[in-house]
Amino acid sequence: MSDPGVEIDCRDLPCPRPIIELARALPDVPVGGRLAVVARDPAARYDVPAWCRMRGQEYVGEELTDDDVPRYVVRRLS
Amino acid sequence: MSSTPEVYLDTASAARLHPAARDTLLAALERGYADPRRLHGAGRDARLLLDNARAVIAECLDVRPDEVGLTSSGTDAVHRGLLGLTAATGRDGIVHSAVEHSSVLHAAQWRPSPVHASIAVDATGRVDLLALTEAARTPGVGVVALQSANQEVGTLQPVDEAELPDGVPLLTDAAAAIGHVPLPRSWSVLTGSAHKWGGPAGVGVLVVRRGTRWQNPFPGEDGLDGSGGFANVPAALAAAAALQAVLAEQEEVASRQFRQVARLRAVAAALPDAEVVGDPERRLPHLVTFSCLYVGGDEIVSALARRGYGVASGSACTASTLEPSHVLAAMGALTHGNVRVSLACDTTDEQVEGFCTVLPEVVARIRKDAGL
Repeated sequence: MSDPGVEIDCRDLPCPRPIIELARALPDVPVGGRLAVVARDPAARYDVPAWCRMRGQEYVGEELTDDDVPRYVVRRLS
Repeated sequence: MSSTPEVYLDTASAARLHPAARDTLLAALERGYADPRRLHGAGRDARLLLDNARAVIAECLDVRPDEVGLTSSGTDAVHRGLLGLTAATGRDGIVHSAVEHSSVLHAAQWRPSPVHASIAVDATGRVDLLALTEAARTPGVGVVALQSANQEVGTLQPVDEAELPDGVPLLTDAAAAIGHVPLPRSWSVLTGSAHKWGGPAGVGVLVVRRGTRWQNPFPGEDGLDGSGGFANVPAALAAAAALQAVLAEQEEVASRQFRQVARLRAVAAALPDAEVVGDPERRLPHLVTFSCLYVGGDEIVSALARRGYGVASGSACTASTLEPSHVLAAMGALTHGNVRVSLACDTTDEQVEGFCTVLPEVVARIRKDAGL
């Protein structure tokens, strides 16, 4: 990826903490920039896209970290 | 702890025993203990009560008594219904909506087939009817399962609009709908669960229309009557009495509940960073589900319980599996901070208003404690 952006590590945090951390980190990301949250919590797979929809941000998709933990990528739109 | 009694708003999990069921149960416990297959007096008494229960349930559901089977639960009815249809035809494929009750999903997992298909729903939870009927045409499909209404978000499914190919029966799980809304008519098999309508737990209903190819998929006698072992005669009769009583007041209760739920939906929708899920109009009258960002499902359920309100949640942290609700996930809805409120037939406007006052306070407090 050309723009690695900001990544927050929430791999050991239970739901809804990854989403709370995502919201906290958003102001540190420039508009148009990427923000990724690494989370093992199974709810994050559904809740990151739902958060994007409710907060008007773009859900880019799901990747895997080098050690195979899901990483959910968001682009800041506003 | 609250000093006033808890306001129970979780009837979709289990309704309180209807007074009519209670009276019938106590009377039937005295008379309905014997084996209804025996020819002695006590056995004949039990047989009479059991036949009476079946006749009343049949009348309530507008079917014939010999089409009604009694099972040990709604889950058991779904398992016997689905697997009995596939066993009878040898076509093991089960097509179902993605938001069916877990009993449907478990039955499909238990008898794996390359033809099984889970059909997507839209954001309101309504099944993609075109995709459903398309999947039903796949060779090897033995049954289509489509619920009458969703148990978590209340959305009604278009059961009567499903045009299935000849020889592919439809099973509708009506557990969430019975006693609340008029039931669909276009099905071969219908299942229900008495403790959802105010009857006792331990009574499921499996209706198999005449002419449907079905057989008992489990060990034991074939046929609907007694295939699950010794019948709980008093509970069956109490379940029938409850159903009769609930249907007599269904229209009046449903119109009041529909209005109360509209009020709850409006209050939940006005919460900051919250969404109400499910169809706003084509829905069960008594049930609403919403999700709040940044709030744990267990936190909000516990906080509401401390303030005197008993509600359910589809969030992962409240589930035994630690997986979020498959219904919310399939709808693309937020799965954390989820609350399901389901009203009783006697929930008052004052109780609803009390909840509407407490809810925003509880949500704001949890967010404040999380530093938001």
